[in-house]
Amino acid sequence: MPPDGLSRLKWFTLGMAVLIVLALCPQFLPRFFTYLLALILITGLMATSLNVALGFGGMYQFHHAVFYGVGAYSVSLMLIKTNLPIALCFFTAPFASAVLALVMGFICVRLSKLYFGMLQLSLGSLVWVVVYRWYSFTGGDDGLHGVPIPSLISSVSGSFYFTLIVSVVSLGLMYVILNSPFGQILQAIRDNPERSETIGVHVRAHQLVTQVIAGFFAGVAGVLFVTVEGSAFPDLMSWTLSLEFLIMCLLGGWFTFLGPMLGAAIIVSLRTMVGVYTEYWTTVLAIILMLLIFFLPEGVIGYLEGFFKRPDVSTEEDR
Amino acid sequence: MLSVKDVQKSFDRFLAVKNANLEVERGEIVAVIGPNGAGKSTLFGLIAGRLAPDKGRIIFKGKDIGGLASYLICRRGLSMSFQIVNVFNRLTVFENVQVSVLSRLRRAFDLITPSKRVAVEETREILKSVGLSNVENRASGSLSHGERKVLEIAIALGANPELLILDEPTAGMAPDETASTIKLLEYLNSDLGLTILFCEHDIELVFSFANRVMVMRQGVSIVQGTPQEVKDNEQVREAYLGGS
Repeated sequence: MPPDGLSRLKWFTLGMAVLIVLALCPQFLPRFFTYLLALILITGLMATSLNVALGFGGMYQFHHAVFYGVGAYSVSLMLIKTNLPIALCFFTAPFASAVLALVMGFICVRLSKLYFGMLQLSLGSLVWVVVYRWYSFTGGDDGLHGVPIPSLISSVSGSFYFTLIVSVVSLGLMYVILNSPFGQILQAIRDNPERSETIGVHVRAHQLVTQVIAGFFAGVAGVLFVTVEGSAFPDLMSWTLSLEFLIMCLLGGWFTFLGPMLGAAIIVSLRTMVGVYTEYWTTVLAIILMLLIFFLPEGVIGYLEGFFKRPDVSTEEDR
Repeated sequence: MLSVKDVQKSFDRFLAVKNANLEVERGEIVAVIGPNGAGKSTLFGLIAGRLAPDKGRIIFKGKDIGGLASYLICRRGLSMSFQIVNVFNRLTVFENVQVSVLSRLRRAFDLITPSKRVAVEETREILKSVGLSNVENRASGSLSHGERKVLEIAIALGANPELLILDEPTAGMAPDETASTIKLLEYLNSDLGLTILFCEHDIELVFSFANRVMVMRQGVSIVQGTPQEVKDNEQVREAYLGGS
């Protein structure tokens, strides 16, 4: 997966440079842009976790936002309604998402492709309805506001640094997982589940574990969102948001590791800019999606990769 | 080693396999021949666990494997290569085979070790034995048809099977590719000790190379024996060889 064109050392240096620049951002960027950058990191982390199942696992992960929302609600509820140590609240919330992913995945992985996606969509919507209507517990459509975030990470720059560290660690972990034997077999399942089964792979178990991993990191992103925004609301698990994450993966390049992060950066920035001029953001999104399907089916990074290197990545259609 | 007894399989009332019997001894090369639609691929699907039989028994190494999930059958030492090319298109040739080796080594749930460091030697060896070393870094989707058929076999070998099942291994190959594939299969049988079960259209090829041949027709196995016995069989001559 790491492009072979540059050596390992060069990539490491480049990565460190990006990190240092990001770490310095709060020092010279206006507060709003620091906040926006944190939001991009969170959204990018979320899209990357989606892509573990989507681009690398080939699963039609249509309602990934549910795990995002559950992570956000879990940490908010624990912080508001319990006296548990704060660190514990932050630490356990992603596991709530992972458990939900396990339960939903257990039901969904029996089906394949589109049917998997549709079932996930309906189960996810069920969770959304519960959250949306259960006023006494989740605050209903108002959501939960004024979540008590510890002062160290509640300021704009504090939450940014927290987000940066957690995102980088999470991305690192996902990268390791995708490059492990597990990740490689996952990609084989994406390409050909039937063949994978005949070489001794328990496809459903593999997919279920993938669901849990993807759900967990979506939960992490949800926790980060609460840290930055101080609130959780039902829209976090709406299916339109799921669609937006899907588009980010497609836009950035869903067969690449960093594609979703790039897609998130583009979409979040666009949404912020377009939002100033019009309220029809979804229309703009729809147009982006159409252009994407026609002109960049492999996303921005996928396109660049095909352009600069690996001339032998032609598929059957090219012959 | 493998014994198929009175196996039956139907799809929506269409009897694809009516009554199939087959014996494969360890170390043999056994071929299944028969006209199109005779039920050869269905039979292989049943043996490899892609389909469950309606009736009958499939005994592999003394245990009934009929209806067992294919990944479990693979873990017992039976590996299959497909008629329609069935590789992992987005992975490189090397990764295609490595995935199979990783699966056999039960590293499927190893989330931490970089896969670059696992099973590399073994994968290289397999690629070398089938003659794909020179293309190991190419995306498998970019290979020629013949190369992909060979890759098919290499993936099956990654599972380190005792019994290798090949569904038309030389279908669509150029004559020179066919010749080298046959050589490869002979090498796998004699040098690596693999038992091979395959089906094929090309009768000349089958008779020149299989130890025993089973003839299928309309879902029924007519006869199984040495190539000579099969050639001499009256029923076969009528049904399949057109009396020639």
